[in-house]
Amino acid sequence: MSIFVDENTKVIVQGLTGGQGRFHGLRNRDYGTKVVGGVTPGKGGTDVDGIPVFNSVKEAVDATGATASFVSVPPKFAAAAIMEAAEGGITFIVCITEGIPAQDEAVTYNRLKQEFPNVRLLGPNCPGIISPGKCNIGITSGDIALPGGPVGIVSRSGTLTYQALHELSQQGIGQTTCVGIGGDPVPGTNFIDCLKAFNDDPETKAVMMIGEIGGSEEENAAEWIKANMTKPVVSYIAGVTAPPGRKMGHAGAIISGSKGTAQAKMDALREAGVHVCQNPTEAGEKMVEIVRAL
Amino acid sequence: MDLFEYQGKQYFARYDIPVSPGDATDSVDEAVAIADRIGYPVVVKAQVKVGGRGKAGGIQLADNAEEVRKHATNILGMDIKGHIVHIIWIERSSDIKKEYYASFTLDRPNKKHLGMLSAQGGVEIEVVAEEDPTAIALLSIDPIKGLDLATAQQWVKDAKLDEEAQAQAAELLIKLYRCYTEGDCDLAEINPLILTPQGNVHALDAKVTLDENASYRHPEWEAFRVNETEDPREKMAKEKGLNYIGLDGTVGIIANGAGLAMSTLDVVNQVGGTAANFLDIGGGANADVMAAALEVINADPKVKAIFVNIFGGITRVDEVAKGVLGALEKVTINSPIVLRLDGTNAVEGRAILLPHLNDKLITEPTMLDAARKAVGLANA
Repeated sequence: MSIFVDENTKVIVQGLTGGQGRFHGLRNRDYGTKVVGGVTPGKGGTDVDGIPVFNSVKEAVDATGATASFVSVPPKFAAAAIMEAAEGGITFIVCITEGIPAQDEAVTYNRLKQEFPNVRLLGPNCPGIISPGKCNIGITSGDIALPGGPVGIVSRSGTLTYQALHELSQQGIGQTTCVGIGGDPVPGTNFIDCLKAFNDDPETKAVMMIGEIGGSEEENAAEWIKANMTKPVVSYIAGVTAPPGRKMGHAGAIISGSKGTAQAKMDALREAGVHVCQNPTEAGEKMVEIVRAL
Repeated sequence: MDLFEYQGKQYFARYDIPVSPGDATDSVDEAVAIADRIGYPVVVKAQVKVGGRGKAGGIQLADNAEEVRKHATNILGMDIKGHIVHIIWIERSSDIKKEYYASFTLDRPNKKHLGMLSAQGGVEIEVVAEEDPTAIALLSIDPIKGLDLATAQQWVKDAKLDEEAQAQAAELLIKLYRCYTEGDCDLAEINPLILTPQGNVHALDAKVTLDENASYRHPEWEAFRVNETEDPREKMAKEKGLNYIGLDGTVGIIANGAGLAMSTLDVVNQVGGTAANFLDIGGGANADVMAAALEVINADPKVKAIFVNIFGGITRVDEVAKGVLGALEKVTINSPIVLRLDGTNAVEGRAILLPHLNDKLITEPTMLDAARKAVGLANA
């Protein structure tokens, strides 16, 4: 089984007529994802390579029965696009947009929680979600993922997510679902949401968790793992050598004072019984070892 | 972007937050003219983005023009923990009855805004938090509801601010919250927020970090970009639009994606090397970006080897390979380049490089192998 999405998930792309939206939307469809429509205000009635375009999310949902949306619009319009998706009846929103102001993210997150408690937002600033062989929403290259499980992956970083998929696939170890939660300060979906889902998914036998410096999501995840997780977890945290006070690319990746260091996160995870590894390759090797011993 | 104190105070003033009258300058004569204009006594303050400038002698009181001249001359050009003082801020000296602390920042675990207010200001808030956590009144603010006056009025009472300061402080906090939200700050902090013997409350310092993601809606931020960084490498990278942070080591790093770039630093460190920089060329990097990245790294005299670590997602590896060759045609790269290329179009990318490989252009199959190779070359 997969988490959050599966082979029946119907997806619309907000921004399908834009450069990025078109490129990734078509790639997602080619992978086998049910991309049933696109949304661009003013371009309703047209199509992108056979995918019908609608003027609003509401129209697209009414016409296609889509439940998921892939938001690929510039930062200025992303918060409004996310809200439009929720208001239009979408229950799973994947937003890959990088560069949304933190103030907008904070307002959007809280509005979703209060007005649409059943809607899940993944991202912003994330690579998306792929359930190998079933559904790919976002920018991950489908060919580096391997269907069949048994590993679930959750990661804050895009390229490290690809790295993790690659390490496992090369060894013949498949994945149930790979979720990129994104590197921004206010992610819609966090580690614990994904760990819970993987813990409840009978086909997922082990979880790879990739974190980075900044915030306290990894520490919170460690607490949750200690109390609830029944499956082995392998973890890697990026940024051991990152200097304090400098944003390491991601808006959320910053060590403030003594908070948010890689060391603190690794200590917390190790204490929770997680296999903490020093680099992505080591994490891949450890996971291969665990899966082969299952 | 972190602001200098004077920029923070200018930003506060836009939101009507009371600050001491003053002005910034880079010249001694101008400093005297400012002091004459605002009236003595004045404080001459070094503008550096580092703590401890008072101890270093970067903050001086002056009673007349002669003293302003003397202090301004001493402080301009001063080296405070490696930061050279290019600008000083001259402001009217304030009498202080009480020092408080106030700040707004994002409460990441709770996805709300966090206000911190304390009657114990003028010292590091981390120290207060450690020694007497009850001295800080925390306020969790729903970003949708915001902060209203009634809440602020109760908050100043909870923080045990002096009664005569409460009304003004509550109003000031509303303005500071507006500055923090509408002004798109990651952090808006006043330490100390002072009460004068005359019963006035105003900001004596300003620590502001702006959220760069919001710069598209703040054209006024352009004025803050002067002397944003001391590091000539960072200046050059900024001009080329690269996401670069200068470090002290000998292995130049180019990677795509923030996580992979951080991870590359870590791996270089694990195999006994030191990174010269963090450089994320981002998703969708093309040949031009790669060429610009190599030029910036090449300008760093400490670099002895360059490690290019690419995992193609949106970024296509063949584009990266073309960029490397393009850069090699344009500029002479001083150090050997070690590449690790995986992901989208990696096979094509490696094929493009194959005829050009030599002892200054090397490919390795994995991230760890490439790190070892680059570190070996840098340490040789």
